[in-house]
Amino acid sequence: MTTIIQADNLHKSFPTTTAIDHISFEVQEGEVFGLLGPNGSGKTTLVRLLNGVLTPTSGRAYVFGKDVTTDGSWIRARTGVLTETPSLYERLTAKKNLSFFGRFYGIPDAEIPKRTDEMLSLMHLSDRADEPVGGFSKGMKQRLAIARALMHDPPVLFLDEPTSGLDPESSRQMEDIIQELASDEQKTIFLCTHNLSQAEQLCSKVAMLNTGKILAEGSIQDLSRRLFSAVPVEMEFLHEPSPAVIQAVRNTRGAMVDSVKGSTILFHVTEKELIPSIIRAVIQEGGDMFRIAPQDYSLEEIYFTVQRQGGMTA
Amino acid sequence: MNYRIIRAIAEKDIEDALHNPINIYGALIVSFIFAILIPVLITQTPSFDPNFTGQDAFDEIEALIPTPLQSLIETLTPEALFIVIILGYLIAPLFLVIPLMISCIIASEAFVGEKERKTLEPLLYTPATDTELFLGKIAAAMIPGIVYTWMNFLIFALIVNIAGLPIMGSFWFPTMNWIVMMSFLVPVISLLGVSVTIIISTRVKTFMEAYQATGILVLLVVGLMIAQSIGLLFLSPEVTVFVSLVVLVVDTLLIKAGIKIFSRSEQITKV
Repeated sequence: MTTIIQADNLHKSFPTTTAIDHISFEVQEGEVFGLLGPNGSGKTTLVRLLNGVLTPTSGRAYVFGKDVTTDGSWIRARTGVLTETPSLYERLTAKKNLSFFGRFYGIPDAEIPKRTDEMLSLMHLSDRADEPVGGFSKGMKQRLAIARALMHDPPVLFLDEPTSGLDPESSRQMEDIIQELASDEQKTIFLCTHNLSQAEQLCSKVAMLNTGKILAEGSIQDLSRRLFSAVPVEMEFLHEPSPAVIQAVRNTRGAMVDSVKGSTILFHVTEKELIPSIIRAVIQEGGDMFRIAPQDYSLEEIYFTVQRQGGMTA
Repeated sequence: MNYRIIRAIAEKDIEDALHNPINIYGALIVSFIFAILIPVLITQTPSFDPNFTGQDAFDEIEALIPTPLQSLIETLTPEALFIVIILGYLIAPLFLVIPLMISCIIASEAFVGEKERKTLEPLLYTPATDTELFLGKIAAAMIPGIVYTWMNFLIFALIVNIAGLPIMGSFWFPTMNWIVMMSFLVPVISLLGVSVTIIISTRVKTFMEAYQATGILVLLVVGLMIAQSIGLLFLSPEVTVFVSLVVLVVDTLLIKAGIKIFSRSEQITKV
């Protein structure tokens, strides 16, 4: 896998505040990388730094292997950015908004109308193409802003709170678009969000940012494994399990029974590899088990645990 | 330097400004006053006012004649002299309000309005360099001011010649001082409007605040006119070229300061 984005001890401070505090991370090609954090945690500042719009106070960052401090223009020609607010020219039509930005990226004049139509069609805005953007709904504006970021078909997309302020329907539409861009178009996506369920659904890897520091970074499974020493397991029986069956689970080294609710035993194991031996022991004791489900921790549980602990040690 | 990007920015800023009715009405009102109303009134005054005949009228305008134009007294009738002095010379500096006003409006839209409407951020994420963004916005604010002034000048010249024909007997306008003013002073005055707006843009938050703050530049024009009326200064072609050069030096200094202000890193922290 190729590293597309790399931050190395990156730091940005302003006269009265530190926005990014000596962070390092990597984003690989084709990944949907989620940057999670509350408002004011430094997400937007990081996007600005990675696009060479802001200059770091210290440290380095590279996009496509190019230094953001010296090659900002080159990098921006290959990235698309959806800003937190759509920031469109409301007095101009949807078509004019797109064709204007198309001219920045070396798209030949003759091809701009075709590309504009394609983007409007992709975002289901063709029928409003010649209307001033001021009359659009928030969801339509957000779709048009995505179209603007995609005009030059960039391999990397930075999406800053793409569903912020949208109604559930528009949010779902936006998530579907992001999913399509990642799976069908193979874009590398850097997604800044504080919507944890959205990140869980879309991201292959996440980093949790707070007050400019990365508290944790990795895939959800990876974070879950590193953060929690035990895997919760739910084991269901046809009938209420006998004390011998419950004891069989208890007797397994590394397993700890949490509760028994009717025909279900809830327990923890230190590692998933112990589960087959527990199944064997239960069957041996005559347990009529018909379902076993190791539970994954949700991103929300991971996120709040990390925030509570103030980071991860390993 | 990517001229396609500079052109794209300039065209977009002009189009965006043209979509604001306040800008259009403002420009049309100024045109009506300077290019139509003033020349019509001045050329028709001698016909309507009986005092403008004979020695009385001559005495009234004699005081207004700058020393270099004293020779006209012997060659023109009092009515013709009145038209030539007022329209040919005294009114000329007032015309500079047009490039100043247009350039300040568009520059306020381009530099402050863009921040106010939060449309600057996506622009800063494009591959355009700081210099290209800056030059695009300067061109957007400067070129329409110059072109619009020239258009108004053309209308003014037609009205002055046609409406004044019964008194003047021939087409006499434009005079050399007007031609020099249009060629040299109008472009640098237009650039002055832009560069002052750029400096002001760091201190204000809205388009209207910026535009109102640039209103102080009108005093410069009024000052020129008063100086000419009281005989302190006569905008001959030579003096006009000199004034243009002085304004150009001021423009250059302001633009240099503006380039520092308009860095991407500075702008992004204000959106």
